[in-house]
Amino acid sequence: MIEPIKPPRRKNPLLRTRLPASPPRPRSRTSHGFTRAAAEGRFMLQRCKACGAFAYPAREACPSCLSDGLAFVDAPRRGTLLAETTARVPSDVYFRERAPWRIGLVKMDCGPTIVTHLHADCAEGAAVRMSFQLDKSGQAVAFAHPEGETPNMADDKQWREMTADPKFRRVLVTNGRSVIGQEAVAALKAAGAKTVFVGIAEPWRPFAGEQLLRGQDGIEIVTLDAADEKSATDLAADIGGKVDILVNTTEYVRPGGLLDRRGTSIARDEIDQAYLGFINLAQAFGPAMRMRGADGVNNSAAWVNILSVYALASWPGFGTYSASQAACLSLSHCLRAELRPGGVRVMNLFTGPVDTEWFQTVPPPKVAPRAIAQAIVSGLKGGLEEMYVGDVAEEIRQRLAANPKALERELDR
Amino acid sequence: MQSNNLLELAGAISSGAVRVVDLTFTLSPDFPVIVLPPEFGQAAPVRIQEISRYDGRGPAWYWNNVTFGEHTGTHFDAPIHWFTGKNLPNNAVDTMPAKDMIAPACVIDCSAQAAQDPDFLLTVPLVEAWEAKHGRIPERNWVLLRTDWSKKGWRDYANLRDDGAHTPGPNPAVMKWLVEERGVIGFGNETIGTDAGQAGHFEPPYPAHHFLHGAGRYGLQCLCNLDQLPATGAIIVASPLKIQNGSGSPLRVIALVSST
Repeated sequence: MIEPIKPPRRKNPLLRTRLPASPPRPRSRTSHGFTRAAAEGRFMLQRCKACGAFAYPAREACPSCLSDGLAFVDAPRRGTLLAETTARVPSDVYFRERAPWRIGLVKMDCGPTIVTHLHADCAEGAAVRMSFQLDKSGQAVAFAHPEGETPNMADDKQWREMTADPKFRRVLVTNGRSVIGQEAVAALKAAGAKTVFVGIAEPWRPFAGEQLLRGQDGIEIVTLDAADEKSATDLAADIGGKVDILVNTTEYVRPGGLLDRRGTSIARDEIDQAYLGFINLAQAFGPAMRMRGADGVNNSAAWVNILSVYALASWPGFGTYSASQAACLSLSHCLRAELRPGGVRVMNLFTGPVDTEWFQTVPPPKVAPRAIAQAIVSGLKGGLEEMYVGDVAEEIRQRLAANPKALERELDR
Repeated sequence: MQSNNLLELAGAISSGAVRVVDLTFTLSPDFPVIVLPPEFGQAAPVRIQEISRYDGRGPAWYWNNVTFGEHTGTHFDAPIHWFTGKNLPNNAVDTMPAKDMIAPACVIDCSAQAAQDPDFLLTVPLVEAWEAKHGRIPERNWVLLRTDWSKKGWRDYANLRDDGAHTPGPNPAVMKWLVEERGVIGFGNETIGTDAGQAGHFEPPYPAHHFLHGAGRYGLQCLCNLDQLPATGAIIVASPLKIQNGSGSPLRVIALVSST
């Protein structure tokens, strides 16, 4: 039975803020098959193409038949907790600070035995449900959950290290003018965020939904024009130490490719808003977030980007927009590496066309802004790194993996 | 003019006998800009990016890179800005005569009316009433419309509603009349644009732009401190940046006002 976590008290200013430590990092190249699974919230094991046996940990050859035909495939999650142990004084700094820490041995129904982190409600001899999670080093680790729901399940101390649950955390939604931004605010608030700061650029321009945002408890409208260096820096000076989760809801979509557009001013706006805005936010808020990665219950935990799936493959009808998104995708990987020492996750949500005015003439299926907001929350709660929201995004991903050249030709229509 | 008269002017400025009034808003990213429907090209907002600030990027010096559209902040409109002035000679900020950058101003105080009605429009009878009191507007004078709009907070200043901006300005008849009957050198407003917020619905649309620039005259907008100017007698110094073939530019507008 898990004790529910309590809203954190105000910090004692006489105490030094604990700096983030990282769990062990090294992994073999093959082991990053688990990293990919964990990033996407999938449970994948190696399986032998010759004899069908599952294997764990990562191997170069099948332990049953010695075939080298091992491939990562989605695997059944069920297993039984054979044994557990509690590390009370670990030698590793990260675990020492978080001790006691429970680990166990799980016998999978599909064969292998896995050394795993344990949710506190997992009991010896009982069935468990397995997942791979990204730890504070960004590396995949096995995690055993009780088979069913238990009270206050998400408040488990070890589980919370693997996630960026909005509960009791303070969130900055960088653009509250858009429908996506406003849906994100509502979803994060409903998920238990203590405060949601909502960035509004150029507050002299009225916008739809403004009345709804104003006057709600726990929602604070702040002036933020991410594309303006000074605006981002000024806001960070005020609240930079209180942003535990940053959700970058910058949205600047303009249709058009290269040849039928005159000049560079729209492309400049796209870069200004999406790419330079990203840099301004990262430089303003990133350093404090990286420093506050172990700052108690409401430590800094995650940075969320909403990207077009056409960051992965250009959609010529929205060609320069695709390019601006590709730039942001590249930047997100840089940010992820730089926030890693703080244990702060960078989660990218990829979406197809969204049901907003700039995709008005694009036929369905289109992603509802609310679906994006719900995905943000579920991704944070699950500790994910990559999410594909909606059918179009998922399909583009699969077609890209299957044949990038075919996808290029198919998008050229 | 004798050269010693100029020295007298310099002395009067130095002594305070001639006041220098700054009619300019600070050029900053948070100052409202003109809003067009999003499918049109947009004025680039003001951006100020530090190059260095006595730090590792430049240990002893502070400087910025600045970008902005030609029509941001307190700014000047040249005739080439509007289609009506596109074929005039010397119609851009780099080719306009330098002597046009210094001219007297008539200031028409309509702050009381604008306080009552954000869509207040200046009309010919109102200017005639002003002339009955202050004399006929001389040729090659600026006409500046004082509304005290510049004293508002930014949201009320832009005053955008779902049917567009609601800010005061001139009506079509008065613009045509000022240009043709009074030969003004230009028209200045405190709001974003020489025209009223709803001027897109006028006949012709945007009459200040239409008539001023069609006749080779100029516009000034986003002015402030007009309440510190006399109805007549102030000298306006308005020299835009010399941008190649520029349609306008942010600028420092100052007024010289005799204290006596």
